[in-house]
Amino acid sequence: MLDPVVVGIITFVLAAFVGFEVISKVPPTLHTPLMSGSNAISGITIVGALIATGGGSDTLATVLAFVAVATATINVVGGFLVTDRMLAMFHRPRRAKEKPEA
Amino acid sequence: MSPNVRALLYLVAAVPFIIGLRRLSSPRTARSGNTIAAGGMLLAVVVTLVERDVSWSVIAAGIAVGSAIGVVAAVRVKMTAMPQLVALFNGFGGIASALVAGTETMLTIILSVAIGAVTFTGSLVAYAKLQGIVRGAPITYPGQRLVNLLLTGGLIGIGAWAQATHEIVPFWGGAGLALFLGILLVIPIGGADMPVVIALLNSMSGLAAACTGFVINNSALIIGGALVGASGVFLTTLMCRAMNRPLSNVLFGAFGTEGAAAVTTGGIVRRTTADDVAIALAYASQVVVVPGYGLAVAQAQHALRDLAAGLERRGVKVAYGIHPVAGRMPGHMNVLLAEADVPYEQLLDLDATNSLLPRTDVVLVVGANDVVNPSARDDPSSPIYGMPIAEVDRAATVVVIKRSLSPGFAGIDNPLFYRDGTLMLFADAKAALTELDAALASV
Repeated sequence: MLDPVVVGIITFVLAAFVGFEVISKVPPTLHTPLMSGSNAISGITIVGALIATGGGSDTLATVLAFVAVATATINVVGGFLVTDRMLAMFHRPRRAKEKPEA
Repeated sequence: MSPNVRALLYLVAAVPFIIGLRRLSSPRTARSGNTIAAGGMLLAVVVTLVERDVSWSVIAAGIAVGSAIGVVAAVRVKMTAMPQLVALFNGFGGIASALVAGTETMLTIILSVAIGAVTFTGSLVAYAKLQGIVRGAPITYPGQRLVNLLLTGGLIGIGAWAQATHEIVPFWGGAGLALFLGILLVIPIGGADMPVVIALLNSMSGLAAACTGFVINNSALIIGGALVGASGVFLTTLMCRAMNRPLSNVLFGAFGTEGAAAVTTGGIVRRTTADDVAIALAYASQVVVVPGYGLAVAQAQHALRDLAAGLERRGVKVAYGIHPVAGRMPGHMNVLLAEADVPYEQLLDLDATNSLLPRTDVVLVVGANDVVNPSARDDPSSPIYGMPIAEVDRAATVVVIKRSLSPGFAGIDNPLFYRDGTLMLFADAKAALTELDAALASV
């Protein structure tokens, strides 16, 4: 059996290369949405936060788990939403010729 | 659910992240890509919650609070304030990763906690600087680099201690130290270098998530974290290249403090009026606008868009030349112009701009300075020598809209202003563009 850490390292390295390949094709115009969108993806840590709520029964562990879920949710919900808001603004040229002559 | 099935489902949840990022390669597909990535996140959450011993009340409370804050922030934020918001979200991602690792009992997680904690406080300082809560100028003191170096060394030492003894004291000590280090690392960095810092913190929030993935042995976190880490590193490199400065210089150089007394090359400045510029614009066939952050500060994007629309109705071709560091974060200027209804096909990157400029009749420089400074190309003694610029002096006529002759952020005089063929229109950007639009109507 492979050590899970080794499997993790393999996954990490391959994903990092995929990330580089994919991201280098994003045009400069979309670099801000890229940042806020990838930021939202880093909110995947919410999975860990959810699991952590089942961890300890003492108050400190509960408080930490609550803060982790809340901050990760801000990251995920806010991140995807603000990215969508930005991307909705990018549009092709409206037919300028059809506008009435000023 | 068997662990194998769960692990495979996490993989299925991570694939939409890659698809989502891939669809960002074009503005046409980008929005649906974002939705797909969000779908992956939802799947990951559902897979986590099925048949697992979790505290539903804590989760419900956390998600309710987090969603409320996230939605309000995302809907309310002004596009000019986007860098602050992204910095803040970064910080929340970092602290969440640190806390998740912190609730685990094993103590090999110090790396995850440290990166998450540094990301958290570093992002908060970046936010405070961008928001103007603390001054944007670099905050420096003697021996700063040594202090940071010692703290980093101390953090590694504490990590080793925690690893060796498996005690809780070094763990909390390390977390505290990391929080402190995040503050110290970002305070000496100036406002204009924030694009680099935000990109770097972005990368770190991803690494923190990936480290947490190692701690809880979860492939979705490792893949998601690695993707974000790669994205942040890519953007950091890109921003450093756009400023022609190595990362170490950005982080430790405290750029913008020295050379406050600018050397003025002097010369004759040719003033112009809005009426003259309007005539030049009206009879041009190709106009390129080079916007800088001053445009956003003056809230002049919409006035610019109106002027461009007026020119297009006359058959003048208009394009926008965008320098990578024109805004306060990568791609910021593009978002500001998109918000003002500028079609994305008119937004050119630096290479496309520079190949169009020799065929351009009139260049309108609005609120930009260092990114059009020919010294960066011609004068090896200039502090910004080697930085890629928009070569506006290749165009037939250059019109610079600027409040005064004051030097830009780097504190360097700009010979462009004294050059033959450059016309200076001294005014506030918004007022000048509105005036130009009015003058154009009467040409």
